[in-house]
Amino acid sequence: MRVIVDRLSKTYRDRTGRELAALVDIALRVEPEEFVAVLGPSGCGKSTLLGIMAGLLPATAGQVFFEGERRDGQPLTATVFQEFALFPWRSVRRNVEFGLEELGAAPEERKECVARFIAMTGLEGFEDKFPHQLSGGMRQRVGIARALAVDPAVLLMDEPFSALDAQTRTLMMEELLGIWERARTSIVYVTHNIQEAVYMADRVVVLSRRPGRVLDVVPIELKRPRHEGQMGEPAFVHAQERIWGLIKTQAQAALREGRA
Amino acid sequence: MSGSSRVAVQDRAAFLRRPEHRLLRVAALAGLVVVWEALTRVGWIPALFLPSPVGVLTELGEMAASGQLFVHLGASLRRLLLGFAAGGGAGVAVGVMTGFFSRADAVGQPLIAATFPIPKIALLPLLILWLGIGEPSKVAVIALGVFFPMAINTYAGVREADPLLVRAAVAFGAGRWSVIRKVIVPSALPMIFAGLKLGAGTALLLLVAAEMIAADSGIGFLVLHAGNIMDTTKLMVGIVVLSLLGLLSHWALACCERLAVPWRHT
Repeated sequence: MRVIVDRLSKTYRDRTGRELAALVDIALRVEPEEFVAVLGPSGCGKSTLLGIMAGLLPATAGQVFFEGERRDGQPLTATVFQEFALFPWRSVRRNVEFGLEELGAAPEERKECVARFIAMTGLEGFEDKFPHQLSGGMRQRVGIARALAVDPAVLLMDEPFSALDAQTRTLMMEELLGIWERARTSIVYVTHNIQEAVYMADRVVVLSRRPGRVLDVVPIELKRPRHEGQMGEPAFVHAQERIWGLIKTQAQAALREGRA
Repeated sequence: MSGSSRVAVQDRAAFLRRPEHRLLRVAALAGLVVVWEALTRVGWIPALFLPSPVGVLTELGEMAASGQLFVHLGASLRRLLLGFAAGGGAGVAVGVMTGFFSRADAVGQPLIAATFPIPKIALLPLLILWLGIGEPSKVAVIALGVFFPMAINTYAGVREADPLLVRAAVAFGAGRWSVIRKVIVPSALPMIFAGLKLGAGTALLLLVAAEMIAADSGIGFLVLHAGNIMDTTKLMVGIVVLSLLGLLSHWALACCERLAVPWRHT
């Protein structure tokens, strides 16, 4: 499905009634099967944007639409969280099953579906482990399998790999691209890591620091399937420099404010 | 002073380590019994004031053989379990509701705050007036005693549930009852078990008090009655049984907790 974010604004109000604008007039589109990265410095409202798209936060103004073919009972979105957000009392299998339960899928159907996504995310042999028994990388695989299992029209990912160490992150990025090639769903991927965004996305939406506005949308002209070797290509380096140029002054200002 | 020297590093934190000292633990318990037995054998303390451990054990065996012990124990256990189940169930239900729904919180909080400080045993005469002198008033006073720690602990457990997990559940389509069943209650389980352990102590206390005030059976009755006829050995049997009941209930709850909250223990 296509996602249309239409002049979206979000203003938080604290207890003293003071207003804090998080997002101002955000407009963007995500085409079917497209991989869009939303990138910005710390505190630019990236996660707020994702929360509104997921229906977990109310917008102050504007709207988010989903448009196009949708199967019966298909959820609009599923979210992969930065802190994994796995249920500690559920085994890997039961965590992956969670969304299917809520959709009211029959037990046999759930079982078949869970087995498929456990295989796709490389979790075979870990089905009966609990989250605290897994490494960070394995936990996020569970998070991804749980989200893919409900077959969402759009997959929302909120800095999914930023809690992982650098090596695991690189490996997980590759794997996510592989999974995406097979699952072919649209992805909105929030990150503050430029390399990550350029490596994975078709387009990078660059947000300014708070209040978040769209500074620019940078198309990434790299062939798919992507591989690490492309990180040295001129198109890669050029895109990276262009994005850094857009947010450098913003990031510096954020650093001076001590918020980065 | 200066000059070259070689100094080996000492373990300066050695005194901070806390080994388990298993032998010492057993010895402490055994020592108490041995000293107690010795004191009574020497005859420094008359048996009327402090019967010997061997005497208490013999009496316990005789009471068990005659079935007298089990009549009292059975009556007490029945009251305890009924009161515990009723108070615990109601406490968890009220705790979950007030913890999750803001309206229930607004109504429930002041009511609980106002009634919680009442010593429950003071309500026994009123309960006897309402429910009669029989079993219901005893069960009710135990239930009341268990209700408050359970409601308050469950409430705290619900409030402490990780908001991220709640959001995740909602993101995957969970409605309020699903969130309560699949996120809130499992999150609150450790606090619920802490409440059960607190409640078990309160329940035992109220059981004995209620049985001393108005009963013709039960361990509390046994203790009071034995005291009245100066049968100190029997009295001590009652006290030993009560202490075993307390230990056993704590141990049973700890076992249940390990089974119900496995993600906390491995």
